[in-house]
Amino acid sequence: MARIIVVTSGKGGVGKTTTAASLAMGLALRGNRTAVIDFDVGLRNLDLIMGCERRVVYDFVNVINQEAHLRQALIRDKRCEDLYILPASQTRDKEALTKEGVGRVLEEMSEEFDYVICDSPAGIEKGAFLAMYYADDAIVVSNPEVSSVRDADRMIGILSSKSRRAELGEEPIKEHLLLTRYDPKRVERGEMLSVDDVLEILALPLLGVIPESQAVLNASNEGIPVILDEKSNAGQAYRDAVARYLGEDLPQRFIRPERKGLIGRLFGG
Amino acid sequence: MTTDPQGHNRPPAVEIKGGSVTLPIVRLRSTDMMTVAAQLRRSVERAPEFFRRAPVVIDVSALPDEAEINLAYLLGQLQQMGMIPVALRGGGPALRELAAAQRLALLADAPVPETRVTETSSPPPPPSPPPPSKAMLVTQPVRSGQRIYARGSDLVVLAAVGYGAEIMADGHIHVYGTLRGRALAGVHGDKGCRIFCRDLQAELVSIAGHYRISEDLDEAVRGRTVQVYMRDTALIIEAF
Repeated sequence: MARIIVVTSGKGGVGKTTTAASLAMGLALRGNRTAVIDFDVGLRNLDLIMGCERRVVYDFVNVINQEAHLRQALIRDKRCEDLYILPASQTRDKEALTKEGVGRVLEEMSEEFDYVICDSPAGIEKGAFLAMYYADDAIVVSNPEVSSVRDADRMIGILSSKSRRAELGEEPIKEHLLLTRYDPKRVERGEMLSVDDVLEILALPLLGVIPESQAVLNASNEGIPVILDEKSNAGQAYRDAVARYLGEDLPQRFIRPERKGLIGRLFGG
Repeated sequence: MTTDPQGHNRPPAVEIKGGSVTLPIVRLRSTDMMTVAAQLRRSVERAPEFFRRAPVVIDVSALPDEAEINLAYLLGQLQQMGMIPVALRGGGPALRELAAAQRLALLADAPVPETRVTETSSPPPPPSPPPPSKAMLVTQPVRSGQRIYARGSDLVVLAAVGYGAEIMADGHIHVYGTLRGRALAGVHGDKGCRIFCRDLQAELVSIAGHYRISEDLDEAVRGRTVQVYMRDTALIIEAF
């Protein structure tokens, strides 16, 4: 039986798809059979971030409407044989998703995979709702910035009250916070919320802090999940986050401004 | 010689207008005509002039439709006491037919339905004790967009209330955490209700409809442990 993880935020553009891609790759590299599904019907980007946009034949909506089998639509990642991608439809919209249809597909996938990651669209409407409805775990992504934190708070409320687990009175979804685009220098200057500020408002266990990094844009351009860029801070931070998700206790890196030593300042860039 | 055989041009000799007259209504609460008559006689003895030649309406709407009422006997008794029964209000078809036969006018049931008396008049059950008005207790953070309403009681929140969340109570509100959203106490108009919070950063606080928004909060109380209450018509926010 798979563990279903939703990557959600409320606010758009905070790093859900980037996170879903890296999380999926990170879990698969550790030998777990992993699938990642794009729930953003009509505005698909997971396939771009994963670098498989030229291999899309069938999509999630085709499978829900039984126009294609799951194995016809799933795209195997070229870099990791344990990782599969189920892309979203680009021609249709979120009305094509139904609760029963999504449930059926997730159940079928649960039998074959260890982890199924649902990349949620922004907002709190149908697409976002269905992405989180069947989840066991939730990774709430937020930037250290007021509007994104408020939207995350709203989404956390929805996770705790409108999910299937909440409706059936089962153990609630296990929620984690992932702070992205963190810039310690700006936090020091008081321009950005600190980790403690965000935790005070959202009160969730912290899965990780991903620093602001140019590597993210580069990776997305290449169609490579940033976790594979081992030299970048962002890539390493995602690695730490995956480890923490799997139960390892690692200290948070990249939350203090880097202090270059004298030699570094003389010779460094 | 007039050319008006039908009388259309003559000044009106009669006109029909709507009006209302107040009449005593004899409301039957039992089918035991002997007891009814005896009790009526006692009332008449106390104020005979009131009842002499008074047109009265017999009202049976408190009795079930199938009740057996000796109408003829009742009419006789009423007339003996000096009353003039003019109409029957309510009653089943059989009774109304009887009344019509006795040349009584027939009026519809009383507009305000009163409790029907059962044939076996048992004493009303003792009123159930009111439910204990224990405060509603919330232990998890109240997230943005959530609304909590403590109906008929106080509200106690043991965690933070987020921006964009709304907590309401008919009684007092206690927030043992940071209040960032909206808090409305005494929503049914009880001005004696208060709001207590550990850390005031609210978007809006209100007591019985008297509110203050975040912008109008004094800097001296922002972020402090406060109580909010009404004094006359003023909303007071006081730090502890």
